[in-house]
Order: sequence, then structure tokens, then C-alpha cells
Amino acid sequence: MSEHAEHAEHDTNYVKIWAILLCLLVVSILGPFLGIKIVTLFTAFGIALVKAYLVAKNFMHLNLEPRFVVYLLTTMLVFMLLFFAGVAPDVMKNEGSGWVKPAVHVDAQAPAHH
Amino acid sequence: MRPIANTRSATGIPTGRLAIWWVVASEIVIFGGLLVSYIMYRIAHPEWSEQAANTNVWLGGLNTFVLLTSSLSAVLAHKAAVEGDGPKAAKLLYATCVGAVAFLVVKSFEWTTEITHGYTITSNTFWSFYYTATGLHGLHVIAGAIIMLIVAQTAKKNLELHRVELIGIYWHFVDIVWIFLFPLLYIAK
Repeated sequence: MSEHAEHAEHDTNYVKIWAILLCLLVVSILGPFLGIKIVTLFTAFGIALVKAYLVAKNFMHLNLEPRFVVYLLTTMLVFMLLFFAGVAPDVMKNEGSGWVKPAVHVDAQAPAHH
Repeated sequence: MRPIANTRSATGIPTGRLAIWWVVASEIVIFGGLLVSYIMYRIAHPEWSEQAANTNVWLGGLNTFVLLTSSLSAVLAHKAAVEGDGPKAAKLLYATCVGAVAFLVVKSFEWTTEITHGYTITSNTFWSFYYTATGLHGLHVIAGAIIMLIVAQTAKKNLELHRVELIGIYWHFVDIVWIFLFPLLYIAK
């Protein structure tokens, strides 16, 4: 087994990380019950990012891999987000400079379906 | 003769592990694309919150607990493999598979309830996203469980122990996908 893996084994208390993840799960479920939008956003999505980081670092041992592995994953994520940023106006707006969504204009004259 | 996946290391890590990182990289685009599409539509359609109110946050939370716990058993299997204890690694992989089955049972119960209440994949775009995202994730859970059973078969004979780490990396990624699906589909009402 690799030196990399042996390192991880000595450095991480997996049960402790799991307990932290469960505490974060409880917070992410209970947070929205307060009914405050900013708290819901933080407890639901902010905590999801923290949980994903903890799993990637401590369970996947991403921090012990060569840097190029992190760059590989980040590049995929960034290019995927760039692609979606490019098409976002088409999805999120009904009209723009020199274009409209015909379907939306037809729908506006009929009762809403959704 | 040892396979090239665990003997060659042209990039500084064994080729088998490099391959699993490539799998994860491609999965980032697959699931990332699906989730970002959902987020764009969700922001553009605030009225979807009425549909999202029909998902069961407690069952979603239970499944998050199940997957986080199965990730723990997967990483403990990796630890056992590092220590050269193949039979223990195999037992922990079987425990992870039990987690996978529990996840699928809860998910089946959810789907059955939702479908019998009239929320199907063709009801509207929210439910189309819901069934596509959770269905694709469920297929990954099934694939992971099958591969884990195969890996456990060799691990219990103390053979090919490096595979325990590789299936673990995949399984933790499946866990991370659910970590994002849960707030998007269950919490954001």
C-alpha cells in the first residue's frame, strides 16, 4: 500500500470526522425551520460545501494527492460552470437584446401550467 | 504478472488511482451539469417551491445519514487494507453495501409515495429534474455496491487490496453528490 495512504491513516480520526458531518447534517435540517431566508441559504448550501470539503479532504484524501489531481478536478468544474454561465441568460431571462422566448409570450396569453 | 494499473506510476500516482480520478472528473461534469441546470431553472421559477414542499426532508435526511455512515465504513475498509487486513476490509465493504441497500430501500419508499400522490417524472419540470437527478444518483449507488462486492471477494483473500481505496474514492464522490442533492431538492422549499 502506498506511503500516501499510510500517511492518511495516521493523520485522520475518521470517526471524529463522521461525527462532525452528522452534526452539520442536523444543523442543515434544523436551520430552515427558523424561517429566515439567509439562515436557510447558509445552513443548507454553505454547510453542504463544508461537508463536501470534509469528505474530499479526509475520506478521499485529496489533500495528499499530487497537485495536478486537484487541478484536474477544478478544471472540469470551472469549464462546466463557464458553459452554464454562457447559456444562463437563455434559461433565466424571457427576453434580451434582439430576442424573445416565443413560448413565454404564448404562455402569457394562456393560464399558467406550473 | 501484475496488471499495469498498479505497477506503472508515470504521473507519480498508480495508474489505477489516476483512472479513478478521471472517472470522478467526468462525473463532476455529468452531475454538475445536471445540478447547475436545476439551479438555473429553480431561480427562474420561484413557484417550484410549491412542488419542492412535497419532498420528505426527514427521509432525505435519513438517507444523508445512511450515506455519510457508509462513507465512514468505506474509509475504514481502506484503513484496514492499508494495514494489510484484507478480511476486515472485506467485512467493512460489505457493511458499506448494506448502507447502499438501505439508501435504495428508503429511496424506493419515497418514490412510491410520491408517484402514488400523482407526482411523476412527467408531472412538471421540477419533478422531471427530481426523478432524473435522484434516479441517476441511485444508479451510481447500485453500480458502486456491485463493484464493492466484487472488490470484497478478492480483498478477503488479501488480494488486490489497492482496489479498496479506488472503490472508496468513487463511493465518497457518490456521497458528495448526495450532499448537494439533499439541500437542492429537499431543503430549498
